[in-house]
Amino acid sequence: MSFLIHRVRSTGPLISRIVAALFGGYALAALSSVAVLALPLSKPQAVLTGMLASFAIYAGAVIWVFAVRSALKAWAGLLIVAVPLLPLALSVS
Amino acid sequence: MSSLHTWAGLLLGWVLYAMFLTGTVSYFKDELSQWMRPELPRLSQIPDQAVVAQRVAVELGNIAPGTSQWSIRLPDERNNSVYAFWRTAPRNPGQRGFGEGNFDPATGQRVASRDTLGGEFFYRFHFQFHYMPVVWGRWLAGAAAMFMLVAIVSGVITHKKIFVDFFTFRWGKRQRSWLDAHNSLSVFGLPFHFMITYTGLVTLMALYMPWGEQAAFKTPAERQQLSAELSAFIQPGKPSGQKMPLASVADMVRQALERWGRDNVGRVTVVHPGDAAARVSVARGEAGRVSMSPQYMEFDGATGKLLMVRESVGPAAETRGVLYALHLGRFSDTEMRWLYFLVSFMGTAMVGTGLVMWTVKRRQKLPDPERPYFGFRLVERLNIASIAGLSIAMTAFLWANRLLPHPLESRADWEVHAFFIVWVLTLLHALVRPARSAWAEQLSAASALLFLLPLLNAFTTQRPLWQSLFEGDRVFAGIDMMCWALALLHAVLAIRTARQGAISQPALKPKRQAPIAVTSREGAG
Repeated sequence: MSFLIHRVRSTGPLISRIVAALFGGYALAALSSVAVLALPLSKPQAVLTGMLASFAIYAGAVIWVFAVRSALKAWAGLLIVAVPLLPLALSVS
Repeated sequence: MSSLHTWAGLLLGWVLYAMFLTGTVSYFKDELSQWMRPELPRLSQIPDQAVVAQRVAVELGNIAPGTSQWSIRLPDERNNSVYAFWRTAPRNPGQRGFGEGNFDPATGQRVASRDTLGGEFFYRFHFQFHYMPVVWGRWLAGAAAMFMLVAIVSGVITHKKIFVDFFTFRWGKRQRSWLDAHNSLSVFGLPFHFMITYTGLVTLMALYMPWGEQAAFKTPAERQQLSAELSAFIQPGKPSGQKMPLASVADMVRQALERWGRDNVGRVTVVHPGDAAARVSVARGEAGRVSMSPQYMEFDGATGKLLMVRESVGPAAETRGVLYALHLGRFSDTEMRWLYFLVSFMGTAMVGTGLVMWTVKRRQKLPDPERPYFGFRLVERLNIASIAGLSIAMTAFLWANRLLPHPLESRADWEVHAFFIVWVLTLLHALVRPARSAWAEQLSAASALLFLLPLLNAFTTQRPLWQSLFEGDRVFAGIDMMCWALALLHAVLAIRTARQGAISQPALKPKRQAPIAVTSREGAG
């Protein structure tokens, strides 16, 4: 049992970071690609801007997740960026 | 950051290697397609595009009467046949049905040539693979490209001394040499590698990031605003039901040629041909502009009257059009195309050296070099089959093109099956042989197959190399000689691998100390 706890302690943060990078990063990119619709652009241009920028945001998020000192900080960073985007995204959809 | 680079690079590294290599040869896909249809005479000059468009339009009226849409790509200096597709009644409800074919510009009839996908196979494989639903393949390619993007960015962060690295090369020092090769290949082509990866994602971005589109557009009419920014395909509206023959397509193409210059019409698309509501779009060619954004003239199909000219799109759409064009490189002239090919080839080598380095670095730290752990052996074997094996499989595809009888039922499919059968065989070979022998044997096999291919071509077609050279047929002579150049490359690699196996195998056994001066660079990989 203590072995199991040890395993979770040692690999848990890594798995948490991988999830944050793969899914958290994608979610953030997707969210920003919707939030960009709040910009004063015509709809087709805004949609395309969101799509074009999304991969840079995704890549940046992945780098962030693995660059910071702890898994907790990684998640916190993603959330801090997501919080202001969320109302923007909700306002347009 | 260094482990992020290592693992992002490794996990989909084999997929990336295959995408990079098949993508690289796709810069010459039209030339490969010509080589794979040796029955078609080469175009010594581009035929009048207006006349060809009319011919094929008439033929399509016979082949696909009642189709809701057809589209033809006119011949240009790189294409000696006309590719066309048309919509057919769907086999299953909800699906779209398509027919396709290649047509002879001289007659307008279907080409009397062997059934083959030509260079199109490598091109499609590099973003959607095969034997799987197209959408899955594209998602896999997207995931691989995203990993690549992360590997590039983390690789740059890992290399603080990036430009010093570029001028560092230590030959014949095993791990150092692999590292230096990987660094030089990466740094030299860095802007290209970054560009090609990002723009690759852009080509399929509507699939990968559909959320903005879904949030912004609720009705099909709204959605059409977006597709008008992206493509010259006009949307089929409702047919009137009243029959009216199609006006002269040749006249429409002529008007477009006057506007954009000789030979500079790319595509002619018709919706509801034969109906009073028919519309024709004549799109500008890709030469002379680094953009894939739609530029086209739209005509009333029944009367031939010009309805509108579209030559610009919005700023974001134009950005996307330029990025898309940068990826495809279709605007290139011959020199530019070779540059694309060479730098892209370096990108392939970057992925390949990175994959090999994973094993080279770990081999020295193995507890027992005679019996490496499972993960090590897996990577080692997959490396052999996906690097040396892919060269064999791709060459086998070209061999199959020359050797399979024609006519043969679904011949084009069998060429593709041959590619995969041979690839699986190389994997089996890599699994049963010792790693070094497997590398040497497969590289030698690839070299031999490449070397013999021009000879096979000479025996099985009417267009041997000496004749191509004599006639100035740059496509056939170029591909034959390229085979020899690649045969030489594989031979050099095979000899080096075999030699290193003979000399350095015992030298590896004593415990090696990490060179002191370079330990700070260990992380790079």
